Amino acid sequence: MEDVLNALILMTNFVLVPGMAYGAQLALGALGITLIFSILRFANFAHGDLMAFGTMITILLTWWLQGAGFSIAPLPTALLALPFGIIAAVTFSLVIDRSIYRFYRQQGAAPVVFVMVSLGVMFTLNAIVRFVVGTEDRRFIDGERFIISAGEFKSITGLAEGLAFRQSQALTVITAIILVVALFWFLQKTRTGKAMRAYSDNEDLALLSGINPERIVMITWIIAASLATIAGVLYGLDKSFKPFTYFQLLLPMFAAAIVGGIGQPVGAIAGGFLIAFSEVTVTYAYKRFLGHLLPESLAPGNLVQLLSTDYKFAVSFVILVLVLLVRPTGIFRGRVL
Amino acid sequence: MRGGYGSVDILKNCTIAVDKGEVVVVVGPNGAGKSTALKALLGMLPLREGCVKLDGIDITSLAPQDRVAAGIGVVPQVANIFTTLTVQENLEMGAYLRTDDFSHSLEHIYELFPVLKEKRNQFAGELSGGQRQQVAVGRALMLEPRVLMLDEPTAGVSPIVMDELFDRVLDIATTGIAILMVEQNARQALCISDRGYVLVQGQNRFSDSGSALLANPEVRTSFLGG
Repeated sequence: MEDVLNALILMTNFVLVPGMAYGAQLALGALGITLIFSILRFANFAHGDLMAFGTMITILLTWWLQGAGFSIAPLPTALLALPFGIIAAVTFSLVIDRSIYRFYRQQGAAPVVFVMVSLGVMFTLNAIVRFVVGTEDRRFIDGERFIISAGEFKSITGLAEGLAFRQSQALTVITAIILVVALFWFLQKTRTGKAMRAYSDNEDLALLSGINPERIVMITWIIAASLATIAGVLYGLDKSFKPFTYFQLLLPMFAAAIVGGIGQPVGAIAGGFLIAFSEVTVTYAYKRFLGHLLPESLAPGNLVQLLSTDYKFAVSFVILVLVLLVRPTGIFRGRVL
Repeated sequence: MRGGYGSVDILKNCTIAVDKGEVVVVVGPNGAGKSTALKALLGMLPLREGCVKLDGIDITSLAPQDRVAAGIGVVPQVANIFTTLTVQENLEMGAYLRTDDFSHSLEHIYELFPVLKEKRNQFAGELSGGQRQQVAVGRALMLEPRVLMLDEPTAGVSPIVMDELFDRVLDIATTGIAILMVEQNARQALCISDRGYVLVQGQNRFSDSGSALLANPEVRTSFLGG
C-alpha cells in the first residue's frame, strides 16, 4: 500500500504539479494567440517574444526594486513590478499596431502578409530583448520559495517520496484561474466583450451594427499583451528567464491554441493543459515510479524515459501535425487555418 | 426618402424612393442591379452621380456605419446574423450604438417574433432558416430605424415561412417604418407592397403601385412568368 502511495506522490510531484503550472502558463499565452487570431485574423508569430519583452521589463524593474530594498515578502518582488511590465508590453503592442499592422489593415492585406509582418515584429522584439537583457539565463525570484518542500512533506507523512509545492506554482495556478474567470466574464457578459465576439463572428455585420473595429482591435491587444506578460513572468518565476526559451514557447502555445480549436478561448485553455501534460508525461523518466509499483525482480534497469527532455518540443509538434491532419478544427471546433 | 444613383457601370439613372409606413419592393431579373442598388443606398458602392437622401438630408457622403446610425436598418442577404452569439446577444448587438435603455425595443421584437423569445438563449446558428431571418430582421430593428432595407429576405426559406415573414414585414410597416425590399419572389412580394420598381440593367423599367405592376401585361410576361 505504501508503495502505491509513494508512486502516486512521485507522479504528483514530478508530473501533476509541474504539468498544472506549465499548462496554466501555456494556456494564458495561447489565449492571447487565439484572441488575436479571431479578431485580427492572423497568426501572431511575435507572441513568444512579446512575452519575453514584457517579462524583461518586469525583471529590470524587479532588480531595481530589489536593489532599492523594496520587498513584499513572502511574495516575490516581481509581482510589484509586473503591472509596469504589462503597461510596457501593452504600450509596445499598441504602438506596433498603430504604426505597422493598421497600415496593412487599411490595405486589406491577405492574412499571410500579416503573418510575415508579425515575423518581422518577432525578430525586432527578439533583438531588442537580447540587446537589453542579454542572452543568458536570468533568475529574478525572491521571497518564500516553497509552500511545502519535499523534506517537510517527508517528515510530516513519513513517506519515502516527497511532494514539493513551490510558491511560483501556486501563484501560477491561482493567477490563471482568476484571469480565465475574469476573461470569460468579460467576453460573455459585458457589452464590449460581446462586441468582440460579434466582430470575430461576422466582421461586416459588426460594422453595420456600429461596432468600431479599431476599438475592438485595441482592446484585443491590451488583453493579449497583458496575458502574455503575466504568463511570461509566471514562467520566469517558475523556471527561469532566457530570451531563447521564450521564443521557443511559441510552438507549444500555438499547438495549444490549434489543438483546442483556434478562435475558441475554452480551446486555448484545454489545449494548454493537453500540450503541457503530453510534454511532461512523455519526457518523464518512469524508473522510480515503476520501482515502487513492480516487484524488485522486475524493476527497470534504465530510466524508462520515452523521450529526452531535449526533444520536448517534438511532442507539441507531433500533436500539432496530428491534429491538423485528423481534426483541423481542433477539440472545440475552432476555425480551420 | 429619395435615393438617386447614377453610374456608368451597374446602375444607370436608377431612382428609388420610400415613404414612411410604405412597403416598396424592387424586383427584376438576375443581374439587374437590385442588390447593388441597395448597396448604393447604404454607401457600400461609390456613387459617380446622384445622391442619397434621408428625410431630406443628404447622406451621400456618410459611411455605411454612419448611415446605420442615422436611421437606416439593414438586413443583408447572407451572413446577416452572428451565428455564435445567442438570439438575445444578436439583438443586443443590433442596439450596440444605443446608450439608452433598449429593453422596450427588445420586448417589442419579442412580441413581433414570439419564437425568438422562446429561443432567446440559444445560439442563432442553431435556428432554422426562417427563424434566422427573424433574428436578422430583429437585429436591424433594434436601432429603431426610419428605413428598413431587406435584401432578399425570403431566399432559401419555405413558402409558409415566406408568407409569415411578409406578414411581419407588413406589421413593421404599420409602426411607421419605411420598408424597402429587394426580392426574387416577385409575385408574392408585389402582392404585399404599396409600390414596386422593376429594375432592368440597372435602370428603372417600370415603377407603379404593386397591384398595377401585377396587372401590367408586359411586366407579367417578362418578369412574373406569365
